[in-house]
Amino acid sequence: MADLLAKGEKPEYLFWVGCAGAFDDRYRKVAGAFARILTCLDVSYAVLGKEETCTGDPARRAGNEMLFQMQAMQNIELFKSYDIRKILTICPHCYNTFKNEYPDLGGSYEVISYLEFLDQAITEGKLNPDPSVFGETRVTYHDPCYLGRMNNIYDEPRKILNKMTRNVVEMERNRSFALCCGAGGGQYFKEAEKGEKEIYMERTEEALRTDPQIIATACPFCMTMITDGLKYKNKEEEVKNLDVVEMIIQAISPIQH
Amino acid sequence: MTKQLIFAITLLITLGVFTFTISRIIRYFRFTKANFPIRNFSKRFGVMMKVAFGQTKIFRRPFTGFLHALVFWGFCVILVGSIEMILDGILGTDRLFKPLGVLYDIITASGDIFAVLVAISIIIFLFRRIFLSIHRFEGIEMKPISHIDANTALTLILLLMLSLTGMNIAYIDHQNLLGQEVAGTYPVSNWLTDIFLDSSAKGLSLWFESFWWIHILLIFLFANLLPYSKHFHVFLSIPNVFLSRLEPLGKLPNMDDVEKEVRAMLDPATVYSPPSSAEPIGRFGVKDVEDISWKTYFDSLACTECGRCTSVCPANLTGKKLSPRKIMMDVRARMKAKGPGLVKHGKEYSDQKSLLRDLISVEELWACTTCNACAKECPININHPTLIVDMRRYLVMEEAYAPGEIKAVFSNIENNGAPWQYSPEDRLQWAEKLELIEQ
Repeated sequence: MADLLAKGEKPEYLFWVGCAGAFDDRYRKVAGAFARILTCLDVSYAVLGKEETCTGDPARRAGNEMLFQMQAMQNIELFKSYDIRKILTICPHCYNTFKNEYPDLGGSYEVISYLEFLDQAITEGKLNPDPSVFGETRVTYHDPCYLGRMNNIYDEPRKILNKMTRNVVEMERNRSFALCCGAGGGQYFKEAEKGEKEIYMERTEEALRTDPQIIATACPFCMTMITDGLKYKNKEEEVKNLDVVEMIIQAISPIQH
Repeated sequence: MTKQLIFAITLLITLGVFTFTISRIIRYFRFTKANFPIRNFSKRFGVMMKVAFGQTKIFRRPFTGFLHALVFWGFCVILVGSIEMILDGILGTDRLFKPLGVLYDIITASGDIFAVLVAISIIIFLFRRIFLSIHRFEGIEMKPISHIDANTALTLILLLMLSLTGMNIAYIDHQNLLGQEVAGTYPVSNWLTDIFLDSSAKGLSLWFESFWWIHILLIFLFANLLPYSKHFHVFLSIPNVFLSRLEPLGKLPNMDDVEKEVRAMLDPATVYSPPSSAEPIGRFGVKDVEDISWKTYFDSLACTECGRCTSVCPANLTGKKLSPRKIMMDVRARMKAKGPGLVKHGKEYSDQKSLLRDLISVEELWACTTCNACAKECPININHPTLIVDMRRYLVMEEAYAPGEIKAVFSNIENNGAPWQYSPEDRLQWAEKLELIEQ
């Protein structure tokens, strides 16, 4: 962002990478995939790079309102200095916080989830995933709570997946009934409280009951949880856990994979 | 005349006891905190029509949802008849609404049909509760009294419906025997007219009077039991839905007190200014009932203990201690326990106990994933996660109490702007070596 500004350019979108996109090995690939699609679509966008910091979401949900607000105000100031109006997110938690919580502190933006953006690009014909790549591959989609229940993004991922495979199957609990992966509200960063079972195992088993070849996710934390579940079940070879955008990348540029 | 007098006295006693109970509950509201302002009446009306009268969230479980909807709609319809009965009782009239003509036929016919539908639904509910072991009705928060409470209310409703149908049958029989006109239409009772063996007009009239009194006394009894029962939702769920938080589920309420402090901290102009002597900031978050908002208390009173929240809670499903239903029941129980002391000794009253820790353990609070499945499921729009986070806010901001890993997350966010201990310098590593794609 700073580089573009130095050149006197003003990008239309801020692509907010998020901590997982920046630091998590697995989700770095997702961030890369989305960035490549943005570039390929010739979208005017920029990232904040080293200037990006936490939205404050995990702090807020763990009860540290003070820290959340300090992060939020810092970000709002930064966005103001770059005159940012549209934000693209790949993380549902960042999305929810920007969209629903920043306005209270004076930061109102058009916040767009990458799924909404990709769905629109496909609908408008700008992005054409090749349906033969996945063909009959059996895919089940796990709804992240922060996109689904909390922001009603249920149809976009399904529309995208249905463009790529003829074999999208639903888990027993789906859409607004979907079971959490167990990572939200700060849980991702701590050991689970005492119980009989890990939540991600419960969800992974449910996903496996649909006998999928791919479990599609749309959240970095869901991805870690489901991938861990697959490892514990010794299924990581047979069943792949891919982000929706990673599937798109495969379907639009099969040669490079 | 005697009947009128007895009725008036009974009604006065009923209203007296009811007012007493309600006023006791209402006075606790003044110890609660302000919450979102009630604006946007048209939107609220819409939510009420959809969620309360349309029963949309109850229908998320189609079978029991449908039965509940029958009971609810039945209550709405039969209420008109009950109002007529009460007016008849006071005024000494007979079927006051009769002049409504066709409308009266509609009122009586729908009431007559729904009485039976409600009775059937209630029998199924009782059967489920007594003979089937349904997981949703169990849990650490469900004491024997909770089950007695539920079954008592269901039995009362069943008796209400049976007495109503009995009353209709005796009335039709009586009018037919004397060759008099039957006011109103009673499709189901008409069909059941052969049940009564009594063939004298006097006998039938006695049957009618008995059912009439049984029905009206049951209503009075029911109304006075409700505020002490989980079935308080009969009164409170519609207003609770009307007063719903209209914000998206994912939005946590902003803490304005904290905002003031943070803004002051970030604003260089205030660094050297003396601390403002305005009113002292109260406790951050929720420790006890005087920290909760009026809406949370309202939620706890309206909670039906149906357990839909707990049955979808990922933490509860995997054996953790958290049960969103318990959180609501604890709030209600705690206010009941502490409220009288607050009334007597004022806001500063302490009984050396608190909602947090004595009723709700820290372990329960840290088990929540804020997935909002509970709030999505609640048929009357209770929002549990905001209360859970409010209690975490107290723990973190007042006691600096959090699991070790969470504390590490806080310090990482403070120091490196990410929950992990990575340097912001590495934030762009993902973008190195990205290949371009051709489409």
